[in-house]
Amino acid sequence: MSVANPAILKLTVRNHPGVMSHVCGLFARRAYNLEGIMVRPVRDNKQLSRMWLLVNEEERLQQLIRQTEKLVDVICVEPHAMEGSAFEATQEYFV
Amino acid sequence: MTELATPTRAAADSLPTETRLDVAAPQTRELSGARLLIELLERQGVTCIAGVPGGANLPMYDALSHSPISHVLARHEQGAGFIAQGMARITGQAQVCFASSGPGATNLLTAVADAHLDSVPLIAITGQVPQAMIGTDAFQEIDTFGLMLPISKHNYLVRSAAELLEVIPAAFELALSGRPGPVSVDIPKDVQNEIISVTDLPAPGVRAPDPVVADEPVLAMIERIQAASKPVLMIGGGIVYAGATDALRRFAERLDIPAVQTFMGLGVLPSDHPLSLGMLGMHGAPYTNLVLEECDLLVGLGVRFDDRATGKVAAFCPNAQFIHVDIDNSEIGKVLQPVQSIVADVGSVLELANRMLEEQRNTKWRQRVDQLKNDHPLDLDGKDELFRPYGAIAAVAALVDDNANITTDVGQHQMWVAQAYPFVRPRQWISSGGLGTMGFGLPAAIGMALAAPDHKTICFSGDGSLMMNIQEFATAAEHNLDLKVIVLNNNHLGLVRQQQTLFYEKNLSAVKFEQRTDFPAAARAMGMKGIDLSDFENPQQALQQALNEPGPCLINIPISETEMVFPMVAPGGANKDMIVSEKPDAANPAGASK
Ligand SMILES: Cc1ncc(C[n+]2csc(CCOP(=O)(O)OP(=O)(O)O)c2C)c(N)n1
Repeated sequence: MSVANPAILKLTVRNHPGVMSHVCGLFARRAYNLEGIMVRPVRDNKQLSRMWLLVNEEERLQQLIRQTEKLVDVICVEPHAMEGSAFEATQEYFV
Repeated sequence: MTELATPTRAAADSLPTETRLDVAAPQTRELSGARLLIELLERQGVTCIAGVPGGANLPMYDALSHSPISHVLARHEQGAGFIAQGMARITGQAQVCFASSGPGATNLLTAVADAHLDSVPLIAITGQVPQAMIGTDAFQEIDTFGLMLPISKHNYLVRSAAELLEVIPAAFELALSGRPGPVSVDIPKDVQNEIISVTDLPAPGVRAPDPVVADEPVLAMIERIQAASKPVLMIGGGIVYAGATDALRRFAERLDIPAVQTFMGLGVLPSDHPLSLGMLGMHGAPYTNLVLEECDLLVGLGVRFDDRATGKVAAFCPNAQFIHVDIDNSEIGKVLQPVQSIVADVGSVLELANRMLEEQRNTKWRQRVDQLKNDHPLDLDGKDELFRPYGAIAAVAALVDDNANITTDVGQHQMWVAQAYPFVRPRQWISSGGLGTMGFGLPAAIGMALAAPDHKTICFSGDGSLMMNIQEFATAAEHNLDLKVIVLNNNHLGLVRQQQTLFYEKNLSAVKFEQRTDFPAAARAMGMKGIDLSDFENPQQALQQALNEPGPCLINIPISETEMVFPMVAPGGANKDMIVSEKPDAANPAGASK
């Protein structure tokens, strides 16, 4: 990956039209650097979606997480290592 | 209101036994989405809605006409939004405004954004084109969801009538819970017309319980405060919204700590309270900002460290550590890094603290603060002259009692009022702080007067701001509200003129109104009274009469365009560098006197 200090966030969100807009809108509005995003409904629970975010915000990561947690359709936000993330598994699709 | 909010089941219990049999098998009714919406609003305790009808919300208006909820027909949707805001800011309850799709919704945006920045529980309900037409650039179709998204706490596009059963209570719960804010609900016309069978209605949405506060962090906070030698409290709108004024006063008094107030926190401490240091920041009194230069611990209570309050953050309270108590977790660390933070309802924290703390005196620090207060007071230049800003404000304050509720528009007049009006209680002062929206005052005053008819409502305005929602004179007249609009008329965009004078070498660009407006005549044209104090031989008496006579009245007070709001910290500047006079040589920081 070309990102200098990427952090990976694993989000559980309501599978609900508009939730992508809310997350992307937040990042645009607060000028957070979003380098990658992947989202699909959770396999065994159609009410939920899993969203993976690759962000380049070392300094403001804590603040970014707090802002993201505040979104009504976001159920939880967990920092995640590259290892075992959706981004690791899909590197070859982004060449 | 309480009756409306009573669940139907309670009423059923009092019915004669014969009819109770029917109740046991719950009654199913066929309702349109619009009827359902109105019923849900009734159950929320809504008694008055401000709005403007149009093609896409016709079904809502049809249903509303059969409801006990009253309607205030604003003359512009922005007016409707601010009327609802005025009601919400006075009562602390969520209030509703209606607009149609397209231009109706876009006209509402400013009022929603304003509510967002000042954490006001506003429910903006808009009509939308039928779902089958969404995405076709239909007549009056606009992406209301997309437009409301960045300016509301949360927003919905309702996709079926059944969804209303969930969305409406959720909208109220969200608007009221934690840090309050506006919620937008966009309802396509086919959803309003859809007929569904409804058996049970959901419970009304209420504020969710606040997080429980543990003893340890509160104890730790008290210890830090007691260890500090120059502590100061910073009081914000959070105290007002949490209803924590009494707890705050006790806390400050028992710990003997002086307190600065943000623009949104004015009124929490009466302005003549011995511990009150007035408003801090861009237009704060010299002593207020100078006390903050010296303080060693600043305790932020329900504040967000807005840039108008902090000035240049790196230079804010240069000798202090910070404690931050706020209900909104995302505010912690956003602007500055506290040594301790508590994410909780500030009222609960203060009540708990009041049970645990031991009273103390800060004699030495209090003496130093009093000395700064004496040496660097707020200079209310012209406070005895009716046709000067501080004089006009003082004259009004002397003629009305503490019962009067005060609002403003945006500009110099707003800052003069914030500096000089003797506020004594929370929610007495209502103004557009975060967005700073010209045009806020008149419609907000209408909402305030509707929600608090036993209080006189005073709106201080400027000739620039008043023009931005002047059409609402007609609304005020229609409802015969006890509302006075006082225009400090400098025939200029005064605050812009001031900035050009101070920071753009007096290059006055586009700040003068070449065509004067006759405001009293405009008021009369729309059914209000209107007077100009300069027409009277005894203007003081005319003012008194106009203020005392019930009903809506416009009072024009001409002032000079050269009047300035001082002190002023340059945008981006440090709070210690206060400009106290127009002359550049005298513009040395008040803090320079070491
Ligand atoms: C809707 C809106 N447009 C522009 C501004 C920028 N602005 C801030 S104060 C001001 C001048 C206000 O003039 P007036 O209402 O006459 O008040 P005064 O400063 O003269 O007391 C302007 C244009 C604003 N705050 N809001």
